[in-house]
Amino acid sequence: MNNRQVKLMQGNEACVEGALAAGMRFYAGYPITPSTEIAEFCAQRLPLVGGKFIQMEDEIAGMAATIGGSLAGLKSMTATSGPGFSLKQENIGYAALTEVPCVVVDVQRAGPSTGLPTAPSQGDIMQAKWGTHGDHPVIALSPTSVKETFDLTVKAFNLSEKYRTPVFLMLDEIVGHMREKIEIPNPDEIEIFDRVKPKVCDESYRAYRVDEGQIVPPMASFGEGFHFHVTGLMHDDYGFPSNDSGIADKLLRRIMSKISDNVDDIVLFEEEFIEDAEILILAYGCTYRSARSAAKQARAAGLKVGLFKALTIWPFPEKRVKELTKSIKKILVPELNLGQYAEEVERVVKNDAEVYSLGKVNGESITPEEILAKLREVL
Amino acid sequence: MSSQLIKNNFREDRLPHIWCPGCGHGIIMRSLAQAVENLNLEKQKVCVISGIGCSSRTPGYLDFNTLHTTHGRALAFATGVKLANPELKVIVVTGDGDCTAIGGNHLIHTARRNIDITAIVFNNNIYGMTGGQYSPTTPTNEFGTTAPFGNIDKAFDICKLADAAGATYTARGTAYHVNQLTKIIENAISNKGFSLVDAISICPTYYGRKNKKGAAVNMMNYLKDFAVDAKVVDKLPPEKLENKFIIGEFKNTTEPEYTEEYMKIIKKYQKER
Repeated sequence: MNNRQVKLMQGNEACVEGALAAGMRFYAGYPITPSTEIAEFCAQRLPLVGGKFIQMEDEIAGMAATIGGSLAGLKSMTATSGPGFSLKQENIGYAALTEVPCVVVDVQRAGPSTGLPTAPSQGDIMQAKWGTHGDHPVIALSPTSVKETFDLTVKAFNLSEKYRTPVFLMLDEIVGHMREKIEIPNPDEIEIFDRVKPKVCDESYRAYRVDEGQIVPPMASFGEGFHFHVTGLMHDDYGFPSNDSGIADKLLRRIMSKISDNVDDIVLFEEEFIEDAEILILAYGCTYRSARSAAKQARAAGLKVGLFKALTIWPFPEKRVKELTKSIKKILVPELNLGQYAEEVERVVKNDAEVYSLGKVNGESITPEEILAKLREVL
Repeated sequence: MSSQLIKNNFREDRLPHIWCPGCGHGIIMRSLAQAVENLNLEKQKVCVISGIGCSSRTPGYLDFNTLHTTHGRALAFATGVKLANPELKVIVVTGDGDCTAIGGNHLIHTARRNIDITAIVFNNNIYGMTGGQYSPTTPTNEFGTTAPFGNIDKAFDICKLADAAGATYTARGTAYHVNQLTKIIENAISNKGFSLVDAISICPTYYGRKNKKGAAVNMMNYLKDFAVDAKVVDKLPPEKLENKFIIGEFKNTTEPEYTEEYMKIIKKYQKER
């Protein structure tokens, strides 16, 4: 019998529900449109489950406290939008290098700068990949609906715990603010991954040593008896700073490879109308919704249009997209920026397919009609 | 042979420290370890957190839960750690630039919340790690590599700043008055709320050299000769206070503490356990 709760829910609220279901017990953030409801729901809900919410003095502090909460043992999250995402970048790099799991939600609004605070955008896609300085591992997910927001928030926590890295949940103003019907899965239907803890607390413990057969070092929490050191400097297996070029190289390559070696586990996508497609619409986030409508209309009009929904934005679903170019020679990428993801698609498919960008940055969403028109133009 | 204090509280294999000859930071670090020992704190519950700069290398040498964070942000990281696990004794080690310039916003808000964190500012009046630039505690008219014609900024009184922002314990000690500094740090840690210790250090390498303060011994003598204890300030005539700075406890009060207040909310509204 299906006894799942059915609700009409906003995307930002579904994010909080997903986070709580995944085990989030700590949130630190700063108010910013259009992500503020996430903070408000966390403030309301967390103490009810024994968790902690704190409104920090600024975005930077929100990120810092989130990392602190995770080091103290609680699954932690923060949420923001473009300007705040910019401010958080230094500490995001810190979490990447120190391998502290946490989830960072960016409800994208039109930028740069203050831009159009209440208007949707997908302009932070490249910032998610390259926002902090230095090479660093990146996982970013982008839901297209309220239900997917719930599911991908759970997934974001699981991936951050499994790979010990910050995970970005890239919402946009449309997905964050729209209300849809959502059937909430029962707790026993939700797969949860908790960080792997060290087994023995003795002299042999090294905070940053990866045990045989493991992807990441086991993670102790402060206060459990492991007197370990965490630093944003390059560090050895013990966690202590080192200027040794060999140690630095080994560390950075290791944290990069935990993602690059496990792309298949991280990459999520969905496809429709692929079989005989002559052109593929590759879309994500709110724009996918218009893309799907356009694809259906195009099919009804006899155009051979396929549809690819990228749920994992980073790492890029490289293998599958390359595979698709064996038969599909044209790819259209509609997005609320001036071709950030289209450029990545171009980089990946090289000369195997023509890539067409349909970008929009005036604060309005891309309509199915606009996508249809572009399809007719390039087919 | 290392002392019992070192054996008990330091990561001996991480020593010697990186600080310059004559730097006062090692003395303050020792005072901190002595205070932890005197208070009999459970080592696994002690968490020492720092930002970036000379002072911020301290946690690496101490055998506790230690966290070396980003420039200026130690108090924000510490707030997350403390709120997530209020059982931890959270001590932040920071510098004058780290705490009051780039981290100034976090300082005033951590003080305002009165969260149970002790911040010890290793105050050497200069940015040492980057090579001698003027900081918010470099006195007016003194020199730094970025103040080649004299500093026109006014200096912060960090204790007054923290006091005004809501800290419930403020005190100033020096690397010369070691026993007093240890006692101050003990009292700061014992205070259930936000405590600020302005620990005056010396930097012969940059601040001293740029301002012709002499060698480390001369700078230590300055701390000895120009510090006036808060207890006797009122009894001294104004001329005896000229160019002097005041050390000792300025504030020691009790007010509602942040994590305790939050736990009250949880206790009242929590539905599941």
